[in-house]
Amino acid sequence: MGKTIGWDEKTLKTMLEESEKLFERSGRYYALDKLSLKEEDPFRFERNYASLRGALVSARETALHVAASPIVKEIGELCFALYTPEGDSIVVSTGILVHVHTMSEAVKFMIKEEYEDDPGINPGDIFLNNDPACGNVHTTDVQTLIPIFWEEEIIGWAGGVTHQIDTGGITPGHDLVPAIQRFDDGVYYTCRKIGSNDKIWKDHMISAKRSVRTPMYWELDEKCRLAGDLMIRDAVLEFIKREGIDYYKCFIREAIEEGRIIFQERVKERLIPGKYRAAGFFDLPQKTEAWQPRAKIDKITNLPIEIIIKESGKMSLTFDGASGPGPNPMNADKGAMEGGQWVLLTQILIYADKVNDGAYFAVEKEYPKGSWCNPGDIYLSYQAPWGNLIPAYTGMMKCISYGLFSRGYREEVVSGYPFTGDAIQGGGVYSDGPLMGQRWSLSTFEISGQGFGASAVRDGLNWGYAMWNPESDLGDVETWELFQGGVPYLSRRVKPNLSGHGKYRGGANYEGVGMVANSRDVDFFGAREGLAFHGAGGMHGGYPNATGYRLYAKNTNMKEIIKNRREYPLGDPDPNNGEFENLLKGDITRKPYCSIYPITLENYDLFYYFLSGGPGYGDPLEREIEQIIQDLNDGFYTKDIVKNVYGVIVNYNEVKEKYEIDEKATETRRKELKSARREKSMTFEEYWEKEKSKIIENKLSDPVKLMFSESLKLSKNWAKEFKEFWKLPQNFEMEVK
Amino acid sequence: MVTYDKKTLERLIDGKLSWDEIKPIISGRKDHARFDLILEILQNRVPWEEKIILPLHEHLYIVAKESQRIVKCDCGYEFGDYKENWKTKCRVRVRDTVEQIEELYPKDMGSDPEWIELREYFCPGCFTLLDVEAVPPGYPTIFNFLPDIDIFYEKWLGRKAPDK
Repeated sequence: MGKTIGWDEKTLKTMLEESEKLFERSGRYYALDKLSLKEEDPFRFERNYASLRGALVSARETALHVAASPIVKEIGELCFALYTPEGDSIVVSTGILVHVHTMSEAVKFMIKEEYEDDPGINPGDIFLNNDPACGNVHTTDVQTLIPIFWEEEIIGWAGGVTHQIDTGGITPGHDLVPAIQRFDDGVYYTCRKIGSNDKIWKDHMISAKRSVRTPMYWELDEKCRLAGDLMIRDAVLEFIKREGIDYYKCFIREAIEEGRIIFQERVKERLIPGKYRAAGFFDLPQKTEAWQPRAKIDKITNLPIEIIIKESGKMSLTFDGASGPGPNPMNADKGAMEGGQWVLLTQILIYADKVNDGAYFAVEKEYPKGSWCNPGDIYLSYQAPWGNLIPAYTGMMKCISYGLFSRGYREEVVSGYPFTGDAIQGGGVYSDGPLMGQRWSLSTFEISGQGFGASAVRDGLNWGYAMWNPESDLGDVETWELFQGGVPYLSRRVKPNLSGHGKYRGGANYEGVGMVANSRDVDFFGAREGLAFHGAGGMHGGYPNATGYRLYAKNTNMKEIIKNRREYPLGDPDPNNGEFENLLKGDITRKPYCSIYPITLENYDLFYYFLSGGPGYGDPLEREIEQIIQDLNDGFYTKDIVKNVYGVIVNYNEVKEKYEIDEKATETRRKELKSARREKSMTFEEYWEKEKSKIIENKLSDPVKLMFSESLKLSKNWAKEFKEFWKLPQNFEMEVK
Repeated sequence: MVTYDKKTLERLIDGKLSWDEIKPIISGRKDHARFDLILEILQNRVPWEEKIILPLHEHLYIVAKESQRIVKCDCGYEFGDYKENWKTKCRVRVRDTVEQIEELYPKDMGSDPEWIELREYFCPGCFTLLDVEAVPPGYPTIFNFLPDIDIFYEKWLGRKAPDK
């Protein structure tokens, strides 16, 4: 072993072990019992924190101009963070904050694997990671980490992450539905050293560019991350020159401990101690879709969550009862789970003051071994854990909202969020024009703009939310169209009936139609929920938002339609009376589910997609009628749905081009709906008997039986509660084919 | 210290605040008098006498009833011990056919009832829709929130619960 790089001649591994022991023993970061620097001179402390925060934001804003991909440059799918030598985040930039704690896990992986000895951690070294098994969400999130030294001691790490358009997986794209094992996920960099003396090695870059379908974006994104990291390093060294190394070493510990204290104080300020529960589900009907025989399974994942808020303000969280992993890309490892959790907490509880790993230390968590969120098998696919992770964590938002409501902070309540879909993807090769022979990728990040859940005091935000990025922004549409030049968009417009119903409706959203043009070898696929509602419902009587479905047309007569300047489909406002069917000739496919394996499209073929609405809040019959009329005039709902859900009858005034209420008919209709509630409901005991019969009389579908059997096997607690609730014998087992 | 007057909080509860009025409330520091003021407003609104211990839901409250803590709807219907899931006292409608789900969602925009059914939980007193669960058939009814009332009052607020 060579010379150590840790503090006081310790190894980094010793420093990490000591840090973990001190926290375990005291419950406080580095066992600090007071914030000495802050107490001595709070203005100096805050000024210094602000200077680092400013430096990180500046690094991000500067670095994104080095990148070329629209995902990074247009919508800012990148973030930077500064870590302690042990890998705990001190201060973060703005951006896709889901990755702040993921990179923390990558640093800890390198320390535990004794990188200090081999391959060595030296000033100027550059490390690259995209392996979900050691601190990442999925392979398309790529991290660059550099160590920061002061004299001969390591004093921290700067880390940056960007979301890549493509990492060379089994198909083009960023969330690969057909990936079922590690070898399908694309190129893996497991905390690999890729440079020294602040320079990325040439052999790495040659190899990396040949491993992905979008080499230019890869190269410039690597340079973007490194540029940001170097700016952070400069800022830290300036900090130390200004304040001294002893101050810095003490400062970084105190900043994290303050983050932990702030989190627990915030919990005590806004929530109620107790036990909170919610559920979520994700459907993956692959029995007919999958190419690989062992992936041909129809699966629905159980994503239960339980949160306990303790007297101390500490939060404990478990996914006990979760389904098992599977031959699909939706498996998650710790980095993804921590990242998802952290990014939500930064949005709903710790969105000010010290946003850092203090929050990580204030939350106890359990990711049950053998479940989808801790499979313990690195050879599974981890290419798109978002499929399970997004619905799993909407339960966390609901749980916290129950507490916020009881505490009186109704403006903070959110009934959940929808899936960030439709994640349409694919790509092709230009067959004509100036770019002939070059590849284009379909990787739209319009998914950044989903309808948000309704709150307890207002409707959800329209087309403006993504759980994984607090600053969600889909960027300039025109830029996306340039980048995805093989599929020009024919339309974008509001799609009705996406919002979850309620006294306050969920956010609305829009639909679009794309046409393949001037291309060959075009793959197309997409991923989102379709057979299962996202988030297990709205809140306090609100309904879930609408599910997705798949629609495309092959062998169309679009060439003739364009030539003759005839009407073509602009969307699918009424799936029962489709514009595709009414206006096109060709092979039109509708599927009630949405996650599909790639299909091949030809020029003039059309695909359709839409984004999610948000879940609703409260009883829909309590929604103000004026708001419902406004919804109709805005195109957010159609009159048949409004009649059935809200009990409002309208007529369309052709002169004013607006809907108007028929008050008498509305009064009658609302009475009918109220009566139906009495007539069509049953006592809980009757419901219980009827529902139980579905279990004991073998009336459940195969995917649901598979889901129950996995949860019953993986968790004794969940099995016990399940059997107790339905009064089933102790030896009950769910039979699965 | 931030405070909001009762009139503002009443308008907040009623969903009458404009975005320009809500935005600073969301982004500003929280008013620590909020819990007591909201409790006072809600107590004045309910048509019954029992003391509210904790607002639980848009229409449900944990109240002190004789020596018990029970869940009560603003219509007056009593759901019993707050430690038991109030949903188990509800009237329930299960939408587990395509036809029933398509009353609320257009074709293909609702769940497949073989995978996920909708359960609507109504107050047996006023038939207000209190909760909607979208879960697989056979999934146990979810108990969403069991507060630890005495820890909240005694350790966090520094006083006894109203019924103590």
